[in-house]
Amino acid sequence: MNWTLALPELALALSGLAILVFGVIPKRDTTFPCTMLVLGAFLLAGVLVLAQGEGTAFAGQYVADAFSGFMKLLALAAAALGLLLALDWNEKERLSRFEFPVLVLFATLGMMVMISANDLMSLYLGLELLSLPLYVLASFDRDNGRSAEAGLKYFVLGALASGLMLYGASLVYGFAGTTNFDRLADALSSPQDVSNGVVVGIIFIIAAMAFKIAAVPFHMWTPDVYEGAPTPVTAFFASAPKVAAVALLVRILAGPFSDVVGQWQQVIVLASLGSMILGAFAAIGQTNIKRLMAYSSIGHVGFTLMGLAVGGESGLRGVLVYMAIYIAMNIGAFAVLIAMRRDGRAVEGVEDLAGLGRSDPGMALAMAIFMFSMAGIPPLAGFFAKLYVLLPAIEQGFWLLAVVAVLCSVVSAYYYLRIVKVMYFDAAKPGFDARPTGVSVVLAGTGAFTLFFFLFPAPLLAAARQAVAALIG
Amino acid sequence: MGFPLLSLITFLPLLGAAIIMCVRGEEQVVASNARWTALWTSLITFGLSLILWAQFDKTSVDFQFVEQLSWLPEFGVSYIMGVDGISVLFILLSTLLTPICVLASWESVQNRVREYMVAFLILETMMVGMFAALDFMLFYIFFEAVLIPMFLIIGIWGGARRVYASYKFFLYTLLGSVLMLLAIIALWYQAGTTNIAELAEYDIPFNMQVWLFLAFFASFAVKVPMWPVHTWLPDAHVEAPTAGSVILAGVLLKMGAYGFLRFSLPLLPEASFYFAPFIYVLSIVAVVYTSLVALAQTDMKKLIAYSSVAHMGIVTLGIFTFNQQGIEGALFTMLSHGVVSGALFLCVGVLYDRVHSREIARYGGVAKIMPAYALIFMLFTMASVALPGTAGFPGEFLVILGAWAVNPWVAFGAALGMILGAAYMLFLYRRVAFGRIIRDDLKSLLDLSPREYAIFAPLIALTLWMGIYPQSFLSFFSVTVAELVQEHQAAIGAASRLAGL
Repeated sequence: MNWTLALPELALALSGLAILVFGVIPKRDTTFPCTMLVLGAFLLAGVLVLAQGEGTAFAGQYVADAFSGFMKLLALAAAALGLLLALDWNEKERLSRFEFPVLVLFATLGMMVMISANDLMSLYLGLELLSLPLYVLASFDRDNGRSAEAGLKYFVLGALASGLMLYGASLVYGFAGTTNFDRLADALSSPQDVSNGVVVGIIFIIAAMAFKIAAVPFHMWTPDVYEGAPTPVTAFFASAPKVAAVALLVRILAGPFSDVVGQWQQVIVLASLGSMILGAFAAIGQTNIKRLMAYSSIGHVGFTLMGLAVGGESGLRGVLVYMAIYIAMNIGAFAVLIAMRRDGRAVEGVEDLAGLGRSDPGMALAMAIFMFSMAGIPPLAGFFAKLYVLLPAIEQGFWLLAVVAVLCSVVSAYYYLRIVKVMYFDAAKPGFDARPTGVSVVLAGTGAFTLFFFLFPAPLLAAARQAVAALIG
Repeated sequence: MGFPLLSLITFLPLLGAAIIMCVRGEEQVVASNARWTALWTSLITFGLSLILWAQFDKTSVDFQFVEQLSWLPEFGVSYIMGVDGISVLFILLSTLLTPICVLASWESVQNRVREYMVAFLILETMMVGMFAALDFMLFYIFFEAVLIPMFLIIGIWGGARRVYASYKFFLYTLLGSVLMLLAIIALWYQAGTTNIAELAEYDIPFNMQVWLFLAFFASFAVKVPMWPVHTWLPDAHVEAPTAGSVILAGVLLKMGAYGFLRFSLPLLPEASFYFAPFIYVLSIVAVVYTSLVALAQTDMKKLIAYSSVAHMGIVTLGIFTFNQQGIEGALFTMLSHGVVSGALFLCVGVLYDRVHSREIARYGGVAKIMPAYALIFMLFTMASVALPGTAGFPGEFLVILGAWAVNPWVAFGAALGMILGAAYMLFLYRRVAFGRIIRDDLKSLLDLSPREYAIFAPLIALTLWMGIYPQSFLSFFSVTVAELVQEHQAAIGAASRLAGL
């Protein structure tokens, strides 16, 4: 048995346990050292992922390939950036408990298991390992009613999604006779012989995943949970778990279920259209910036799903490129949200950004870059993300999707512009408190990536292409 | 590959912007440093573009000063820059207007000077890059990126309704452009390249040409702007600061017409031919209707904005005549309108800086108080009316000539526009410059300052030069236009022969 393939996960799990012990023994507050240790563990896992071989392990339950490597690195990077943002926030909100980084670590471990899952069983294992820490994280500010509400809402709906997932998996197993992805692919290789039970099972699994990535019509929890959860947790929710869930969707739909594409493609197309339209229109009236970002993320998921719906090598590559760029823009924008703190209190209205162009030009510039980029204005990274999902859509003749997508991006430009307008055109409000170092670091990194992506697009594209090639084979 | 002159011209302003961003210190010092850096950067850029003027081979139809770098190889998208007879003068126009804009904002912009200058320099990069891009995708990126600095210029330094105007500008243009993006992708998928020279060789089926034309039209018509999608322009002009209006009228409006010339005509000849009557109708409606609207305006900037729509109607008309005179006339009108309408906005700016009002009724008898100013204003008014001997005349004359060859009624519509143009411009000039001085505060107005003379001097020289000896400008593009017309006729001929079979 080739257990060394799973070395990144094993290392992460062991260091998680060790950090837990390290955090609990001393009598003083150990949040900071624990966070640093978790970041170190992420780094270690990242290095191990890079050094990882390819193949399957644990009786075909676990797979390591270029695709899992790409997605794991993305998830690790997103989690590390999210953790960096949380450090200062938790201290100011008197939430610094060492459990926070450890929970993030275990959630990330769940993501990695999900990404490497090659069997419906290990998939479920990873999904639950991801979800349970997330429920706790959502209600981490436990004395705050909104946070507790967010946690409860997320838990109830998440449990429902898990149920859907399990039910779908059991249907697939019942009708196809196996849970292993490779053998599923063999069993489903002739679409006309596939029974309806499998199709229903696939739809259930897609529904559960759509819940995790907040795609229409399973998006309802998103605005409430995003608004209620502590902001760094929201930043984390909006990035890393999405990577894992999208990776999983891509893996199962392009892998075992790729031959029954006719059965699920319509579903993904509809989810994509719905998400893009809802994300564009529902965000217009929002005054709370976290809610606005929630709808914006729904819209971006719609764009990602467009690549998945189109499928093929270029479509899936579009998905990966979109995710990578989206993560950078989104974490950057959330870094600004986290720095929105006036006289020690966090504020989250769009209007609170008024006059940021004067009070903190650097941060305003970064935010403007993220907003223009999310609106898809060239030469910023967001334009290329959209370009790489539009290309395959047009290539494959999905004109409806492409036209709706660009029109939605015009509509959504309206609310992204509103943020720029508030920052630059409106009369200044008193400035925010000095921005924490972690935020500055994240802003500089993601801002530079978003701004200068057009200069060096080749490495990311090549990595994404390699990842997709590993998947499609 | 020789010295990358075009890239240098394109990206030098960005370097200036980066330097300005790095300046720290007291606000006054920063502002003054930003102004001087921006001025010198744009002047050096202009100087470099004069090399382009001097070394350009007017007898060649090929792209010159070509630079090529691989960028997104798997899509066949490269970074290709180059100029031909159509684009070279627009690069000069952009680099000429930018230092003028910097000078025009020297005193009128006191608020966030550093950001203002950075925005203008970025805008210059995008404008020059757009005219020099020889790859459709690259063109699109520059074309769209213009929106960001212009949005900020209107929104931050604009007038009372600046937020509305900037949104309208941005969203209107974006809506048109994204449809063009889809068309570009479809074209790339069909032809396997976005290189303009290679695309021109590629025959596109007529059905697809129609769709592509409509998508391009959505983008370029908004940018030109053609009636009935022109409504963003008066708002944007009125609210933008003076220099913003100058760039908007001088260069940004030309982007749409340039797009028609660079893409719609050569790539989609049959669809262009098919839609030409439609364009004529829209252009003539634009010319006549917006001229009438201009007559009724009470705001000087709005009046000139509507006159821009009318002039651009002449341009689109000229482009779609598909003959040598028409297209040359359209190109010449674009250049002269860039100079003249920019100068007119500067004239309004001069008054606005002193009185802070753009109401026509607020003025009267300015000629007695500011004689030098009134003389300059009159020159540009006459140029806008297309008086022979000024920049406006040769272009409009050629367009009417070209239009006559196609259909005398079309020519009649264009000529009607010239008459109405004379009406509203002279009416404006009479109300502002002549008459009794009804307001006492006007009496204390100072005539032009040396800085303002410096701004106007090059524009006056150009206006007269273009009017008196237009050949020195026409000679730049006549060979290229002849080639364009010939290829277009060949394509149409082939198509009609096919239809005849």
